[in-house]
Amino acid sequence: MAFVFVLSAFVGFQVIQNVSRLLHTPLMSLTNAISAIAVVGSIIITGEQRTTLTTVLGAVAVAASVTNIVSGFLITDRMLRMFRERGPAAGKVGGPR
Amino acid sequence: MIENLTQATYLVAASLFILCLRWLNHPRTARRGLVAGVAGMTAAIVGTLLNPEIVNFTWIVVAVVVGTAIGIPLARVPLTAVPQRTALSHAFGGIAAGLVGTAKYILWLQEGQLTAFRMAAIGVEIILGYLTFTGSLMAAGKLQEILPTRPITYRGQNFVNLSLLAIAIGATGYLVVHPGAWYLFPVVIILSLIFGVLLVMPIGGADMPTVISLLNSYAGLSAVAMGFVLENKVLITAGALDGASGFVLSVIMCKAMNRSFTNVLFGAFGQVQAAQATAEVRAVRSGSPTDAADLLANASSVVIVPGYGMAVAQAQHRVREIYDLLTKRGISVKFAIHPVAGRMPGHMNVLLAESEVPYDALVEMDDINPELPQTDVVLVVGANDVVNPAARHDTSSPIYGMPIIDADRARFVIANKRSMNPGFAGIENELYYGENTLMVFGDAKGVLGEIAKALAGDGSSH
Repeated sequence: MAFVFVLSAFVGFQVIQNVSRLLHTPLMSLTNAISAIAVVGSIIITGEQRTTLTTVLGAVAVAASVTNIVSGFLITDRMLRMFRERGPAAGKVGGPR
Repeated sequence: MIENLTQATYLVAASLFILCLRWLNHPRTARRGLVAGVAGMTAAIVGTLLNPEIVNFTWIVVAVVVGTAIGIPLARVPLTAVPQRTALSHAFGGIAAGLVGTAKYILWLQEGQLTAFRMAAIGVEIILGYLTFTGSLMAAGKLQEILPTRPITYRGQNFVNLSLLAIAIGATGYLVVHPGAWYLFPVVIILSLIFGVLLVMPIGGADMPTVISLLNSYAGLSAVAMGFVLENKVLITAGALDGASGFVLSVIMCKAMNRSFTNVLFGAFGQVQAAQATAEVRAVRSGSPTDAADLLANASSVVIVPGYGMAVAQAQHRVREIYDLLTKRGISVKFAIHPVAGRMPGHMNVLLAESEVPYDALVEMDDINPELPQTDVVLVVGANDVVNPAARHDTSSPIYGMPIIDADRARFVIANKRSMNPGFAGIENELYYGENTLMVFGDAKGVLGEIAKALAGDGSSH
């Protein structure tokens, strides 16, 4: 497991360093949503129903994670839609200065 | 069989998450990345629901409905409020990790399966989870200005904070050796919760981009710890990606402010500034919006430096009007973006993209600086410290050494400000006293609106 962690962190550093600086805010909302994969663990604890207390704790964790998944992906989508290139309407030719 | 299937969906999910972040390297492929992320999440959740250990779905469904009901409005906040939303989502991530760790401790304690390794992993998970929870709530409160944004400091603060953390870690260490000492478990939880509050309390508004990034990293690491507790590899992978992302962003933010991690966390910014307020009155050249419009209309290249003040005044759309009007006249217009402009990494880009400024007009500080000596006019809107030349040469200035946008090197500078009062940092800005600087006083939205009107009015005269 430590192997998986080190490898993932290494891949993470490589990939994140190449993320466009324009997109650092969407990056953060997207990684928020991704790390809400914690929902996987919470679902099992909730669904096992071993004790009432752990079921309730699990259910709150599921709700918190789902909140992050839903709002993280939706707001990332909203922000990414806004990034557009210079349209033909602007009609600017970027010549050398 | 089903176990293998679940593991396969986890592998697919982990790969998709990596691709998702990979595609964020350019705005053109970014939305493909988003699709990959959603697909990965869906795969992992479906894979989990197949798990035979799940005997009852009622609570899961209720929780999903509640989470969706909270999540949708949270995704619709105005973009100026995205930093608060992000801080809140770190809090949710932290509490989820904390609660799962707590539940696992209770179950394993009852069943007598609490090995030393499990206890250590749970310890890391709950400390990180609960401190991220309260720390992020504090950050969100400060960003929303429910809590005072000023740094709150007192003597011996660092000693108190570090002692609390040390006690929490010590208690966890005791639990690893003696898992039966359950009474220590709530102590660790409470100490972590308090530590989160105390950690963010002394941090001021200017340092929020760094703190949000750091809490992002903690939230990711708490998910990693959860992965170790549950022996779940997709959790470890996704958490590590999140943790790495938060860490990389924190480092970028620290560099952009010329500060170290320890300095942000342990040296509240606010105190340095009080000593700086010298009440020297110097002459500035001020002008009307029409003067500014004339200057802009006669330029061949213009660089706009936006700061958070622009967003506070809701002036982004006026800025875009000016951008459109100048571009239509064949004037080259670019935006110079400082890494800490805004309240979180990349915030300014999103705010300008929302007001329909094309992203290829947004230029990073390091790329724009070599161009500024050949630029005719720099228009500063709501930015202050990031264009203060004192950062380059005045060793006594609290911002000395911070990389800045070299606005003063352009032929002319137009700076909009409400009044001559120094900004939130209380540091005098030399730029405003420069010979080539024209100050236009007034509310950013109003002033920029008038500049735009003047530019539109005499459109045919040039």
